[in-house]
Amino acid sequence: MLNEFMSYLGSNVTPGGANNQLWALIYVLIIFAGVSVAVMAMNWFERKALAHFQIRLGPMRVGPHGLLQPIADALKLMLKEDIIPQEADQFVFWIAPVIGLLAAFTVYTVIPFGPSQAVSDMNIGILFMLGVSSLGVLGIVVAGWASNSHYPLIGALRSSAQMVSYEIAMGLAVVSAILMTSFNASGTGTLSMIGIVRSQQQQGIWFIFKFFPLGLVAFVNFVVAMIAETNRAPFDMAEAESELTAGYHTEYSGLRWSLFMLSEYAAMIAVSSIAVTLWLGGWLRPFPNLLHAPGWDFVFSLFPGLTFLGLAAIAFIGVARMPAHFSFKIQRIGLAAFAAILGFIALLLLLIAVAGRSSSSDTSIAARFREGIDYVYWFVLKVALFMYLFIWLRATWPRYRFDQLMRIGWKVLLPITLGVLVLTAIVGVIVS
Amino acid sequence: MIPLFISALDSALRQPAGIAPFLISFVAPANGEMAPVATPFFFYLLSGLAVAGGLLVITRHNPVHCALALIVTLIAVAHLYLMLYAPFVAGVQIIVYAGGIMVLFLFVIMLVNIERASKDRRFNRIWPVGLAAACALMGLFVSAFVKSRALFPDRMIKLPEASNTQEIATALYGEAGRMGQYTFAFEIASLLLLVAILGAVIMTKKRI
Repeated sequence: MLNEFMSYLGSNVTPGGANNQLWALIYVLIIFAGVSVAVMAMNWFERKALAHFQIRLGPMRVGPHGLLQPIADALKLMLKEDIIPQEADQFVFWIAPVIGLLAAFTVYTVIPFGPSQAVSDMNIGILFMLGVSSLGVLGIVVAGWASNSHYPLIGALRSSAQMVSYEIAMGLAVVSAILMTSFNASGTGTLSMIGIVRSQQQQGIWFIFKFFPLGLVAFVNFVVAMIAETNRAPFDMAEAESELTAGYHTEYSGLRWSLFMLSEYAAMIAVSSIAVTLWLGGWLRPFPNLLHAPGWDFVFSLFPGLTFLGLAAIAFIGVARMPAHFSFKIQRIGLAAFAAILGFIALLLLLIAVAGRSSSSDTSIAARFREGIDYVYWFVLKVALFMYLFIWLRATWPRYRFDQLMRIGWKVLLPITLGVLVLTAIVGVIVS
Repeated sequence: MIPLFISALDSALRQPAGIAPFLISFVAPANGEMAPVATPFFFYLLSGLAVAGGLLVITRHNPVHCALALIVTLIAVAHLYLMLYAPFVAGVQIIVYAGGIMVLFLFVIMLVNIERASKDRRFNRIWPVGLAAACALMGLFVSAFVKSRALFPDRMIKLPEASNTQEIATALYGEAGRMGQYTFAFEIASLLLLVAILGAVIMTKKRI
């Protein structure tokens, strides 16, 4: 056991590639915990951001600035009565949220947080991701059917039609990005998620900028398709509350309902990771080839620490702006403690950046650790921008009508992605 | 649990190595290098799942339950492909069958009147015919396997798992400047599918 634990340390491949079961398990647990925490944070941030978009305050009661709201929500959902309608199909009703959750979390097996920071690097990485995330729709369809009620059934039908339609545009956009990986000396591309990022590094360009504007158009199409794929506003027809109460999960309550929410947000993070990996250079920091010097490495490795320092500063400003009334005393202490924790993390990260600042060929533990933090930081930062985009779109756009949605999917996205694919192939052949 | 299982399967496909007693490969390592590692444990687990799913498909009364059981079978078969060093086929199996076709299946089933379908008798008078057909198919497979042993390799072919997709691409489209072995058949098949799609659209649409 210990031997298996130690032998992987300092390795340059994923646990799957190194055939190390123990570390694969550790990575799975880390990712599971990380994604769950990210979903909770996203839950809080979405409510706050949406509120500020609409000039409200959002959750303010539970904890300072509502910071403990997700925990309170989770507790409430766990304690709520779990109702299974009498006329529902008991077994299918029970298994539907589990299908969605499994599909949403299984794709994290191949998401590359860094060149060795993934559970496994599969030869069919992106294919695997698309395939497994397309299984998620089964959970929705089956949930709507098993509820044996009108609104959920309509919601499920809408959502399955929508997801099946947009999967095609999404797949074609992905194919044009994969095609770009093949424009190298050997002439062979790759489907491996890590290989895709590596080929962006080799070609010295993020695929979003490659063959401008072809990469950009494919990327934009992918983003539209991915929002429809995850049933988010403005394409959230499946749960349009003004028409279908809550769509496919109308009959669900308590923990089961929260499983649906969890899988929806996990799927959002997963598709954003696909976009980041394919077009935005995955774990690569900005200008990895152009500004390639130990000095620049050091400057960019300060970013994680500085980010947390910025968050700590925001929290401290919040402490200072807290009303001076005595009833805010506990909240004030809590927020100050939160800020202190953030500041401590920032100091720790800065310390690691300074300790591991020697050249990248150095194999000291501090240097390796710093490298790993850098990779994960840049990847997570890019994904976080996408998460904000999801909220921003939800706050900005009104919901589409279903026929409009279908028209966009079949008559706009599909021809454009197909055209981009053909053009990418032509340009690639001419250029290389 | 599932990600762990997949990563275990994935890494088991790369190297044998003594992971645990039940994961020992059933084919002895050839010349000591990379050995096939289709482990009996995974093989029996997946085959059992596939067979159980298949049985459920024909015995359940509710069509939706049948469809779900069929999905289990399809996914188990996808994993069997993975064990046969064919990750690309496995991925395509999941995307096309489990993710695409089965969703459409469910879509249609949900619109059908299930009350009546579930009251129908499951095994009516044609079951001997079905049994005979199944036996004939089984016999065909077995005889094909026995008669043409030369066609099937004695042991697993040691294809490098890392370049499986590239091998398929070469077989389909060929090296640069040279047509692949199956290019023509592949294109013909895609044309056939296109014709089928057009036919379906023309038949269902009253006014084009």
